[in-house]
Amino acid sequence: MTEHQITSSGPPGAGSLPLPRYVSAAGVHPPLASPDYRSTRLRAPGRPLVPLPQWLTEITGPLLGAERVTPADADLTAGHPGEPLGERIIVTGRLLDSGGRAVPDALIEIWQANASGRYAHRVDDHPAPLDPNFTGAGRCLTDSLGRFRFVTIKPGAYPWGNHLNAWRPAHIHFSLFGRAFTQRLITQMYFPSDPLFPFDPIFNSIPDPAARQRLIAAFDMDLTEPEWALGYRWDIVLRGRSATVFETREGA
Amino acid sequence: MTAGITPSQTVGPFLAIGLPWPDGPFVVPDGTPGAIVIEGVVTDGAGQPLPDALVETWQADPESRFDHPDDPRGRADPPAGFRGFGRSATDATGRFRIITLRPGPLPTPDGGTEAPHLDVSVFARGLLDRVVTRIYFPDEQEANAADPVLASVEPARRHTLVATTATDQAASDGRPAFRFDIRLQGDGETVFFDV
Repeated sequence: MTEHQITSSGPPGAGSLPLPRYVSAAGVHPPLASPDYRSTRLRAPGRPLVPLPQWLTEITGPLLGAERVTPADADLTAGHPGEPLGERIIVTGRLLDSGGRAVPDALIEIWQANASGRYAHRVDDHPAPLDPNFTGAGRCLTDSLGRFRFVTIKPGAYPWGNHLNAWRPAHIHFSLFGRAFTQRLITQMYFPSDPLFPFDPIFNSIPDPAARQRLIAAFDMDLTEPEWALGYRWDIVLRGRSATVFETREGA
Repeated sequence: MTAGITPSQTVGPFLAIGLPWPDGPFVVPDGTPGAIVIEGVVTDGAGQPLPDALVETWQADPESRFDHPDDPRGRADPPAGFRGFGRSATDATGRFRIITLRPGPLPTPDGGTEAPHLDVSVFARGLLDRVVTRIYFPDEQEANAADPVLASVEPARRHTLVATTATDQAASDGRPAFRFDIRLQGDGETVFFDV
């Protein structure tokens, strides 16, 4: 551990700062200006982004622990008087960084529509039934190997007002914290072979077709539980550290 | 180097189902001595407030430290209940609000000093990825003038990163209050960063 120095000219710790560096995600994320997704037109910034160095505020981040989560939070089918309608599923996978390392003890938060494609939210006016036994929010912490596991129901597709006859492919929203501000990510998990993929401007806003595929979970027969639930596997990859600095840090 | 990274997608209009926490705005517990309020309105390119956005903040403690193993200066001994992290969904008028302590200045790897600041992520329907900005303080003029990040921003836009002293102090329960509006697009557009 580096002994910090306090000098009259600088803040605590000035002088010796070996900081990790996180790789760029350039070209991976959708451009903010993606006009086929209509809501971007008045919300996407118009000015170029200014490069921000990765210094102390950026290479640290909130380590939100067990105090935010109970084991029951990972089961979206529980906590109501009865069982929700729909196809019961298990969604599991690993949270990794782009260096292949597991991200342990990380908070994952999810939310989704019910089996009919309706969100339990006052703004959702889709004329599909609400389910009194489904709210659609869950959370968990990854374990020491970066693994997570949710039990839920498969969300339905739903129409939205983006363009005539616009429908969102079925998806689950995922919010991820790594260990650094640079790694914060919110995204959506999709289901395999959804016929709506070619028509969805949000899915297709990702420029690289191969990167789009990384948002699609895999059906996994080995994860299914007989007479109870189908299983899907989805690994999530956050920005990792570039190798050189990381080795220095590990040797410290 | 980017192989395999999971792409971002928008939070959509229904993030309120999953993301707000009752204690989200409280970076420090209510009643902590020295606490300040930072609040503002998130607006779009037409000047309309966003009722469906989420603002998150991350910052050092008042002693310039992070309670985090990757801070090479060693672990901090933060004030009781200090989380460093704030999360506030915007209300129907587009307003967010956090209650926190003022962060200290930070050393940079090349021997410089960053002025006290908070890193900010904004999520919303219509944002396919988060946008990142910073909040600086209006009464840190000397430190702001020496801040290398502010210096990298064109002078005419720097003011978008500096909070103002709130004119309406009544709603802050006697705590010093700062105002930081976030304009996503158009006139007075906030400076956003690529991190």
